[in-house]
Amino acid sequence: MKIVVTVKLVPDPNAEKKIDAGSKRLVRTGIETVLNPYDEYAIEGALKIKESLGGDTTVTIFSMAPAASKEVLRKALAMGADDAVLLTDPALEGSDVRGTAYAMAQGIKQTGFDLVICGGLADDGSTGGVPGALAEYLGVPGFTNCRQVEVAGGTLKVQRETDSGYQVVSGPLPALVSVTMAIGEPRYASLKGIMGAKKKSIATLALAALSVDGAVGGDGAKTEVRAVAAPPVREKARVVEAPDGAAGARAIFDLLKEKKLV
Amino acid sequence: MPYAGTDFYNLDAALSAEQRQARDTVRAFVDDRVLPVIEDAWLEGRFPSELVPLLGTLGVFGANLPEEYGCAGMDNVAYGLIMQELERGDSGLRSFASVQGALVMYPIFAFGSEEQRKRWLPALAKGEKIGCFGLTEPDFGSNPAGMLTRARRHGDGWLLSGSKMWITNGSRADVAVVWAKVDDGDADSIRGFLVERGWPGFSARDQKGKHSLRASDTSELAFSDVELPAQSVLPKSGGLKSPLMCLTQARYGIAWGAIGAAMACFEQALEYSKTRVMFDVPIGAKQIQQEHLAEMLTEITKAQLLAYQLGRLKDAGTMKPAQVSLAKRNNVDMACNVARAARRMLGANGILAEYVPMRHMANLESVYTYEGTHDVHALILGQALTGMSAF
Ligand SMILES: Cc1cc2nc3c(=O)[nH]c(=O)nc-3n(C[C@H](O)[C@H](O)[C@H](O)COP(=O)(O)OP(=O)(O)OC[C@H]3O[C@@H](n4cnc5c(N)ncnc54)[C@H](O)[C@@H]3O)c2cc1C
Ligand SMILES: Cc1cc2nc3c(=O)[nH]c(=O)nc-3n(C[C@H](O)[C@H](O)[C@H](O)COP(=O)(O)OP(=O)(O)OC[C@H]3O[C@@H](n4cnc5c(N)ncnc54)[C@H](O)[C@@H]3O)c2cc1C
Repeated sequence: MKIVVTVKLVPDPNAEKKIDAGSKRLVRTGIETVLNPYDEYAIEGALKIKESLGGDTTVTIFSMAPAASKEVLRKALAMGADDAVLLTDPALEGSDVRGTAYAMAQGIKQTGFDLVICGGLADDGSTGGVPGALAEYLGVPGFTNCRQVEVAGGTLKVQRETDSGYQVVSGPLPALVSVTMAIGEPRYASLKGIMGAKKKSIATLALAALSVDGAVGGDGAKTEVRAVAAPPVREKARVVEAPDGAAGARAIFDLLKEKKLV
Repeated sequence: MPYAGTDFYNLDAALSAEQRQARDTVRAFVDDRVLPVIEDAWLEGRFPSELVPLLGTLGVFGANLPEEYGCAGMDNVAYGLIMQELERGDSGLRSFASVQGALVMYPIFAFGSEEQRKRWLPALAKGEKIGCFGLTEPDFGSNPAGMLTRARRHGDGWLLSGSKMWITNGSRADVAVVWAKVDDGDADSIRGFLVERGWPGFSARDQKGKHSLRASDTSELAFSDVELPAQSVLPKSGGLKSPLMCLTQARYGIAWGAIGAAMACFEQALEYSKTRVMFDVPIGAKQIQQEHLAEMLTEITKAQLLAYQLGRLKDAGTMKPAQVSLAKRNNVDMACNVARAARRMLGANGILAEYVPMRHMANLESVYTYEGTHDVHALILGQALTGMSAF
């Protein structure tokens, strides 16, 4: 079975970020590029399936990103993925969710897959829109927000997280799933894994090699960022003081009631 | 916010991608798994053995030994960075890794038979088996050539008698690399033996009441006529040179490790200096404290450059033992001084276990003494310089 994990390369989540007022894009210079943290959970999910199925199951990392960030993918290989494909082309710059999903779908079709696993959210763009759109463009069923993914006898069985619990859903392969952090803590890249990753392949794919109709990148975007604003400054936390635990609980309860939260 | 490290001279830029990744993976492990438990373990005087299988899965033990024996096959700079990160957690944890990798796996690799290598190295690398290294004796510390432990011929094999003291991991070890003189010979007759837990006549007992390396086991080993099979000897070991070669490996790792302990202390002191307000301003706004911080940073940076170049020499195969002595001596002494200065900058809080400096300061006193004391390394350097032994 061939598992493809989509991994976005994002600016270090811990770095301080600025938006360029002119282009309304994130200023990336001077900020380290890392694997999208949520996608490390997707990798963990894929490696777990590979371990449970054994045999000739492979895990391929798929990313759409500038060519300069290619080596960042080594970390995913060090965690245990078998190889990686980087879809990269200057024409892809400025893609919106639709354009990203469309171009990625063409690349993933070419790479081949039985199961695509996405993270739930990109740390920078944070629309969470790509997985659904990608399933659509791939023409396969999409299962979002999965906390558990099982593959047996060519079918997929997942647990989808909902606000009140979870749903058990199954469907045929090929398919796409996006996972939540409940899938399991991403493993550390082992030292042997780091050494082994040096020998693994990171192939690059350019647009010319794909069948792409119409405009992509900024020209093909159906959305436009009209304005960018900083989030409102949060109110200072209110400290509830009380003589004992019971009185404290009462005070917090009254507060929540006053705010109509309970 | 993940730990970013002290790197005033951007040494990071000189590192290869693998070296950085190796450091980062161990760095993350120490942040996630070691720092949350180490304070209690240290106070309880308990080695956090639950970390051993995890460190094995990471591939920390003997990370610079070849892949064919289940090791990661990393270069020596990467290995050094791994030791640095472990000791940023605690010197006891780094001591465990040094003993396992440099003092047990290395001699089995360097002096062992193919059968011994195959039997022990993969299991030791995974942390499934634990080893210890017995050289020091109650009456022979800095002068191991005088050791009293004897392996006398007995049938095909040997009969081992004597005792060892101050042995890290001793009570926990599945296999002890024990150094003994064969048949009452001189120091040239010293050979290494693999002595297994449970062999009749072999016992180990923990040494209690330590004010230092509290999160590490230190034990006495006793051998009363332990029958050793013929194949327990490390066939290529011979003379005091063999254990000294192991010590060179371990001292190399210590030269890096000490930097990690110093970094942990320095960073906590720096943070504290910015937040502790006294006489209406942060203490870090005072010239005296700034000088202390400048001094700490300067010494850490010098030690980093020393360790890095030493690693490059080791990777090139040209490193000399005296160069390792210089780095072990300088960097451990540096770390002792940084830990103490940091402890003092924290005022009364500095004596609490909640803050790292005093734990590191106490640990580093062992590191100052073991693997050749500070003085002994001065004598090694003196001899290398003048050609005259002052031991
Ligand atoms: C500051 C800023 C400015 C922007 N400006 C514009 C603009 O001007 N015009 C415009 O049209 N769009 C713009 N975008 C949107 C941007 O193009 C999106 O980030 C992109 O389309 C992907 O969506 P997302 O980041 O929300 O991913 P999400 O949908 O949150 O990602 C979910 C999952 O999909 C997968 N995934 C997403 N992207 C990739 C990828 N590239 N490679 C591999 N896997 C991936 C990952 O598994 C990820 O976990 C902007 C975004 C930002 C942050
Ligand atoms: C926590 C801990 C763990 C250890 N783990 C191990 C282990 O795993 N395996 C092992 O084999 N050993 C181990 N040791 C032992 C360690 O290597 C010895 O303690 C060390 O070699 C010093 O020996 P000593 O304690 O007998 O001191 P001594 O040799 O008695 O030295 C006492 C003092 O005299 C000085 N001195 C000695 N000789 C001279 C000289 N010629 N000229 C001037 N000054 C001199 C020393 O510098 C020191 O200050 C460990 C020690 C400790 C504290």
